[in-house]
This record gives sequence, C-alpha cells and structure tokens, in this order.
Amino acid sequence: MSKQTCLNDIKPGQYGVVTALRSGNSMRRRLLDIGLIENTVVECLGRSPGGDPSAFLIRGAVIAIRAADGDGVLVRVS
Amino acid sequence: MRAAMSKSNAAASNAGHGLRDRRRHPDDKVIALAGNPNVGKSTLFNGLTGLNQHTGNWPGKTVSNAEGYCRGNDYNYVLVDIPGAYSLMAHSAEEEVARDFICFGQPDAVIVVCDATCMERNLNLLLQIIEVTPRVLVCVNLLDEAKKKRISLDLPLLQQRLGVPVVGTTARQKSSLRRLQQAMEQLTAGEAPSALPSAAAAPAQSGDKSGGVYQVRYDAAIEAAVARLQPLLRHKYGGRLNERWLALRLIEQDAALTTAIDAHLGGALLRDEQLLNALARERELLALLGIDGDRYKDLLVSALVHSAEDICRGVVGCAERRYDERDRRLDRLLTGRRSGYPLMLALLALIFWLTISGANYPSALLADGLFWLQDRLSELFIRLGAPDWLHGALVLGVYRVLAWVVSVMLPPMAIFFPLFTLLEDAGYLPRIAYNLDKPFQRCNACGKQALTMCMGFGCNAAGVIGCRIIDSPRERMLAILTNSFVPCNGRFPTLIALLTMFFIGTVGGPLSSLLAALLLTALIVLGVAMTLIMTRLLSQTLLKGLPSSYTLELPPYRRPQIGSVIVRSLLDRTLFVLGRAVCVAAPAGLVIWLLANVNAGELSLLQHTADFLDPAARLLGMDGVILLAFILGFPANEIVVPIIIMTYLAQGSLLELGSLEQMRELFVAHGWTWSTAVSVMLFSLMHWPCSTTLLTIKKESGSLRWTALAALMPTACGVLLCLAFTAIVRLCGG
Repeated sequence: MSKQTCLNDIKPGQYGVVTALRSGNSMRRRLLDIGLIENTVVECLGRSPGGDPSAFLIRGAVIAIRAADGDGVLVRVS
Repeated sequence: MRAAMSKSNAAASNAGHGLRDRRRHPDDKVIALAGNPNVGKSTLFNGLTGLNQHTGNWPGKTVSNAEGYCRGNDYNYVLVDIPGAYSLMAHSAEEEVARDFICFGQPDAVIVVCDATCMERNLNLLLQIIEVTPRVLVCVNLLDEAKKKRISLDLPLLQQRLGVPVVGTTARQKSSLRRLQQAMEQLTAGEAPSALPSAAAAPAQSGDKSGGVYQVRYDAAIEAAVARLQPLLRHKYGGRLNERWLALRLIEQDAALTTAIDAHLGGALLRDEQLLNALARERELLALLGIDGDRYKDLLVSALVHSAEDICRGVVGCAERRYDERDRRLDRLLTGRRSGYPLMLALLALIFWLTISGANYPSALLADGLFWLQDRLSELFIRLGAPDWLHGALVLGVYRVLAWVVSVMLPPMAIFFPLFTLLEDAGYLPRIAYNLDKPFQRCNACGKQALTMCMGFGCNAAGVIGCRIIDSPRERMLAILTNSFVPCNGRFPTLIALLTMFFIGTVGGPLSSLLAALLLTALIVLGVAMTLIMTRLLSQTLLKGLPSSYTLELPPYRRPQIGSVIVRSLLDRTLFVLGRAVCVAAPAGLVIWLLANVNAGELSLLQHTADFLDPAARLLGMDGVILLAFILGFPANEIVVPIIIMTYLAQGSLLELGSLEQMRELFVAHGWTWSTAVSVMLFSLMHWPCSTTLLTIKKESGSLRWTALAALMPTACGVLLCLAFTAIVRLCGG
C-alpha cells in the first residue's frame, strides 16, 4: 500500500519516492539540479529547530528545503 | 611544483567574462578549476598555486574567478578557480560566472573536481562540461573521506567510461597533487582526446561515445532535432562553439544564455533569419511531440541524471548503507530542536572567550615592544638633529597610531580568524543557516542571508560580495543592506577592549574573561536581532515581496586541516585586514597630529572640531572626541579606539600607556563611565559602514540610493538606541 503526498509529509526517518514535480521555473530547475527527478528516493533526516526547513537525503547529499517549496514535490510513501 | 604569485580577484564587472588574456607568456595554458560547491576545490587550487597566491575571496566561498599561477615542466599554467556550481544551467550570479568562463572563456582545459563521497550528483556538472569541451580532466577529490565512509571507487573503470583522464586526490596529500599536475601537463601537452565531438560528422549511434568522450544521449526526438540543426550551425559558426551543445542550448531558449552566446559569436546570431526559422521549426516539431519548455528541460536533466546513474553503476561501491551515521548524529545535536540554538550560542561564546583571554597578554606585550621602539625612534630623530615638527608628525603622529592599531588589533584577529575559519572548514556555517532559516523566512528573506551575515563577522565588504550567493534580487538587497549590523573584525577589538576595561576589571582570571565573552555574545545577539528586525521592516516597506524558493546543501562534516587553516587565515584574512588598517591609520595619524598641533586662536583645530561635535555627542552619551574618532574612522573602523587615545593624549594628558588598565585610567580621566562605554559599543555596532563596505555596496547594488540607505539605516538605529539608552541612564540618575 502506498499513498500520494508531498515532500513535507515525509516524517523524519521516513522514505518517499518522487512521482512528479509541480513547482515551476527556477525552483523546478533547482530541484532537478540536485537530482530530484521521477523515481528518486528521498529520506527525511530531520527538521531545523524552528520546525522548518527540513533536511532530506537526496542522492547522497543532504539538502534543506522549506515547506513552502517542498509542497511542489509529489512523493509516494509506503 | 613551485608556486608563484598571482593576480587577485577579477572585478565584478569582468568576472563574468574571463575573456581578457590572463597569460603572462603566449605559451601559458589557462586551466579552469570547476566543481560543485563544497568539494574542496579551493583547497586544491591553493595546493597547486601555493600559499603565496591571494584569491581575494574569503575562504569557504569563491564569489568571483580567482587566479593563480603554477609552473610546470613544459608550460606554465594560469589556474582559474571558478565559483562552485551544481550545473551549467545557471541560476545565480556566481553560477553565471562559472558557466560563462567554461563556455566562453576558452580555457585550454577544465579540471572538474568531484566529491568522491557523492560521485553521482557531481557527474551532473561533469557531463554538462564534457558537452562544451572534451579537454577535461576529472579530479575525484576527498578520497580519504570516501574511504572513511567505506565508499569504494573504481577510477580506471570511470576513466574508461568517461573517455577523459581521471585522477584521484586527497587534498591533504602532496603526492596526489603531483599526480594531478602530471595529468594536467599530459592533457595540455598532447592533442585533446578527440576533436570537438560534434565535428565527427556522423552522430554517434546507440552507443554513448563519440570520438572516445562520453556523450549523454537525450530523448530520440531531441537528438533528431539536434542532428538536423548541427550542419547549419557548423556551416555558420563552425569551430567557435561545440555545435551539439550550441544546438541544445538554442532550442532551450534560455534568455540570458542566448544573449551571452550571441555576444560571444559577435552579435549576428539573433539576426540570422535562416537560423531563427530553423530553430522555430524544430521547437514546433518538438512541441507537437509534447516536448515544450519545461518538458524539454526535464528530459535533458533526466537524461543527465540517468547517465550519471549508469556511469556510477559498478564504479561506486558502498559497503555500508548508513555510511553517514556519524554526520547524522552530529546534525541531530547541532541542529536539534532543543540543542540547536543553545549550542550555537555556546560555540560563539567559546570563540569569544578564547579570543579575549588569549589576546590580553600578547596585546600588552606588543604595546610594550612597539612603544619601546618609539622611544628608540625618538632618540634617533634627536641624534640626527631632525626638526621637532618632523619628529612629531612621523613618530608621535604616524608611528604611534600604527603602534596602537597593531597592538590593539593583531592579537584578537590572529586568534579569532583561525577559530572562525576552523568552524567554516568543519562545515558548521551551513548548519547555522539551517538553524536560522525560520526567523529569516518570517522576515520574507532567504535563509542564505545567515551565511552572508556570518561572512560579515570577518569583513562586511566580504559579506556584501558574498550576497551574490542569493539568487533573488530582492532578497540579495535585503542581505546587502543589513550586513553591517554584525560587527566586522575591525570592530571586534574595539568591543573587546571596552568590555574588558569597563565591565571585567583588568585583573584578569578565566572567570572575568568568560564574563566578557558572554557580554560580547549578548552584543552579537543584539546585532543579529537588529538584522532580523530591519530585514523585516525593509521587506514590509521598500522591498516588499514573498520569499523565493531555494535549496541549501548541508555538506558532510570534515575534519578541518588545522595547520593550513591557521596559515591561510593568518595570511589571507589577518594580514589583509591589518594591512588595510595600517594603510588607513598612517595618514590618519598624520592628520590627527596636524589637527592637534595647528592652532586657530587659543585652541588646536582638533579641540575646535571636538568642541563643535560635543553637544550632539553628549546627547548620544559620548563626547566630541569619540564622535570625531568615528568620523575619522570612516576609512576603517579599526582606528577608532587608537584615534580616541591619540586625541586624549594630544589634549595634554601625557600618560605613558602600556596596558588596558592605563587606557582605562586615561578614559576615566576624560569623563568616561560605564554608560559611556555602553554607548560607544552600541554606536560601534550600529553606525555608517566603513568606506570599503560602502564602495562594495555601491558596486553590488549599482545604485547610489541603496548605498545611501545602507549608510543611513544603521546610523539611524545607532543614534536612536544611544539617545534612548542615555536618556534612560540620566533619568535613573546614572
């Protein structure tokens, strides 16, 4: 069983698989640059002390993304 | 290898082009050093060019092309360290600098530095660079880190797959640097691995290689379009840019890049009807297949990512899946919900404590030594029968201010800079940005502003240049305008000296310097709070807008190279800042001596000026001399305290000064109380930025009005706070 949700809904310690990017233009290219394409596995590592942004393990690199931006990344979590 | 000197810091205006001839000799080879951010590129650059090159960049950040010179057996090399970038599809000003140099700077070769612990992601940039030029040398750096994380790499296989030379390095190891240099010499000595790949008329078939160098295969429809455009491009612009790359970019229609290409090709491209028609036709065809705008870019990037995956398969082996467990544990601690902020403050306080307690003794020692020398100089002048005015101007004016600047500034800087660089080197600064992102987000600003703020601790001008890492113009301006709210290293010694004199007592002991460190930390927190408040105010008034999207990489923690950090931060930062201060202090010393010794009527010019400023200064809780010192300190904040001392001394109190205790007595004799010290510290934290910073702001913002605001805003804050503080103290009868 898996459900469709967005990057922010992955809880720390959980995994997700990217299904689509909704964000446009500059953010889309940023996300693509860090290798966030379809079927990429993403792990949420934690949240910053303020609760936002969150840190994700993406293709071996740790990247922090704000909730407002993670909104545009659709993922499948198991 | 022998290192030689280098030229520093391409100015912002030509940083993007790199087209001017950098060679000293026609046979010199120009080598670009490219790579993702945080791959140790600058360390390699320093290793290759030697310690006596000066990049003009603050360590930890390459914001414009830095150059160094390095001698080889057959040729000499001009190495160009270009800013880190994830991709050639530029977003920010610094990425544009990187892209433009690789695409249009016509380097003889490009060394692409990759992080061995993160090969797949790094290949993205490499594959894009290979599309532009086949003269590429891959340097897989940080092999030691990879080994620690039990990542194995099959470099011969990687070389075979890529079709370009691959060298593994560990920046710490001299022998690996030699291998890199050998490979560089081989690459530039022989012919390129192949001619421009697209010059081989038949496009590669299903295979991934064309002329030996790996070529990314895109979607069939895109490949077909490129193949149809290539003959036309070769016919018209053959040999000047790789035609395959040119075709891909022209279809993509990135406005900024197209303009840059057009300029590079002499401006005829965008008026070429035949080409424009052909391009329009191909775009139409692609659109019919559903490949338009975003989809086209997505397909390009997907192909790059998948190629990188394919290449890495079998090349990168990972024994343990959770190889980064140590980093995650550190992150949980340093960015944890409960521990993140307290640890950040504790680290800051620790650095200040080490600086304050460590600087006290050498400061006194330096002062003793330098003033002993002053006496000898005086004797010399007398023996030579030099006129009084010459002795006064040179020894009592110029030399004495220089001595003050060196003895007050050098020790704290020589301790603070290396400590701060160690934190930077270990990878802590991005964590600060991560921790502070939420507050900046609340102010509608970019989280990277925390990084530029940290750079401001070193030097506000460097911080302002560093703002280029922020993509959105609005957010960059917010960061530029508020940068001077954190004290730069020119102001730290002032703050430290005043804190120590008036709040700790000079008796010393570890406990009192701890108190000083805590007070200084509180002052910094005030500076950060003001940064946030003013950022918020600006983004609600003059710079309205929503925060733009951004991603922030949290690179792996690394054991800092302590020896090299100390040497580099001493050479690059300490001596640089000190040198600037000395250059400013010498003429300032002369001016003060002249002002103090040229009389108009009964009083000296100095006294007249101080008297004139006095009423206003009193309202701010200071006196005319202090305000005059801040004004004369406009070229460099470092000289404010020395000017105050000089002026008081010139007013007749002939004290021999050697220690902070004697300095305190001098100040108290001129009416200072603890509240005067607080006012001076507040004003030091918030007043007009120094001239270098303002010139940099003018250059970066391109506008006099924003520059004026950058000067007025902190001044207004400082004046208001000082007025309020003084009024309150007077009300309370202080």
